[in-house]
Amino acid sequence: MANAAISLLESLGIAAIRICAEAGGVLLLLIASLRWMFIPPFRIKEIIQQMEFVGVKSLLIVLLTGCFTGMVMTLQIYYGFKMFSAESLVGSTVALALLRELAPVLTALMVTARAGSAIAAYLGTMRVTEQIDALCVMAVNPVKYLVVPRIIACVFMMPLLTVFANFMGIIASYFVAVKILGINEGIFIANIVKYCGLSDLYNGLLKATCFGFLIAVISCYKGFYTSGGAEGVGRATTEAVVASALAVLVCDYIITAMML
Amino acid sequence: MGIIRFEKVTKSFKDQLVLNELDLDIAEGKTTVIVGRSGGGKSVLLKHAIGLIKPDSGEIFIDGKPTTKLGEFAHNELRKIFGMLFQEAALFDSMTVFENVAFPLREHTRKSAAEIATIVKERLNAVGLVRVDKKMPSELSGGMRKRVGLARALVLNPRIVLFDEPTTGLDPIMTKAINSLIIDTQRHFNLTCVVISHDVESIFEIGDDIALLYDGKIVEHSDTFSMRNSTNPLVKQFFSGSQEGPIQII
Repeated sequence: MANAAISLLESLGIAAIRICAEAGGVLLLLIASLRWMFIPPFRIKEIIQQMEFVGVKSLLIVLLTGCFTGMVMTLQIYYGFKMFSAESLVGSTVALALLRELAPVLTALMVTARAGSAIAAYLGTMRVTEQIDALCVMAVNPVKYLVVPRIIACVFMMPLLTVFANFMGIIASYFVAVKILGINEGIFIANIVKYCGLSDLYNGLLKATCFGFLIAVISCYKGFYTSGGAEGVGRATTEAVVASALAVLVCDYIITAMML
Repeated sequence: MGIIRFEKVTKSFKDQLVLNELDLDIAEGKTTVIVGRSGGGKSVLLKHAIGLIKPDSGEIFIDGKPTTKLGEFAHNELRKIFGMLFQEAALFDSMTVFENVAFPLREHTRKSAAEIATIVKERLNAVGLVRVDKKMPSELSGGMRKRVGLARALVLNPRIVLFDEPTTGLDPIMTKAINSLIIDTQRHFNLTCVVISHDVESIFEIGDDIALLYDGKIVEHSDTFSMRNSTNPLVKQFFSGSQEGPIQII
């Protein structure tokens, strides 16, 4: 019994040390990235390439996510609100949920799955095939060349993608509510204008910016410090996706609690 | 003092002692081959020379200057006198052959696109590669990748070139070609070359000096003739490949 307790404590201790070491590693990479971000030369070409990869190439999947989220939310809320004759509030409720919560969070999860995993796999492959060492040997700082452009790209592209998800979600909601469920068009739009303010949009965009930052830093960290060949790259990619998704959800709660 | 000098360098990874108060002097303008058992710390030693790994203790001198306490910027400046050919060439997967070789020029010189194109073409021709500049590294054979890696390592005219197992995994003809390339390049540019190799034939073909790394230390370091006739049982066993002797098979 005593041995089992000691063993349990030992496992907890090892896990705690590992988590602290990982958090410390992420923090150190973050500090190095922030430092190199402001030291010239500024790698505009790499930043634009990453913006295209994270932003433009994620657009379709984000639009689809926004579209179907808006449609499903409209159906669910309509059948809920119909019970107490509040169908007129469907549009504003869906819009509020999208602007404040669903669009930034779902966009972040899609970007994590598409771009975060790709970042971790790309940097991990570069690490295990000594390409990152080759950069160092050529007197090119790998944090500046590889990590900084990805952080900047994610931080700037996440809010933009969230705007597209919001737009698509509300348009999709309009079609389901007005064209399929028969809610009055004027009431649908008037209630959105009445109950949704710019502050709701800004809240969502602030969250999206934070999520973009977290996804980039965690994915870069996992990829940058990969070891163990092809298996290590696979592990780093999985860990990057899981850790980024969890960080997004935890951060979402913290920001929401602070904003309300 | 040699151009690269290791002084009492010690390095451990977790509980494993890889370099144990190692001393080594690498002479300028010569090819020094470092030999030793697989996993014995040869690549670690090479990476210490260029600052990719910091020692736990000891000092590494490049051109007589201590390097272990150099900051990021100073170390980057120092690295510009180095070129390195990695074991698997370490070409950038996302770039073409041309872009790989042009990369150091774009990073560290203000040459025009036309000048860069000319230099890259010259370097690729020098390593015997033509009409491959638009290919991706994945489209090249192992030997071609190594030659592109060598062209990239030499493109900034470094004084010191490090080779991490340049002929491992190549067929005998390609091994011979890479060895000739190393010898010709070293003579042509009067380079200091440090080579890690397991291939006994290649070691005596390209090396001016040979150093045997065993148990974290350099146990013998001399010219190829002396090494070939060495009475040191470790050297004799290593080059004969015998299983009997002081080197234990683990």
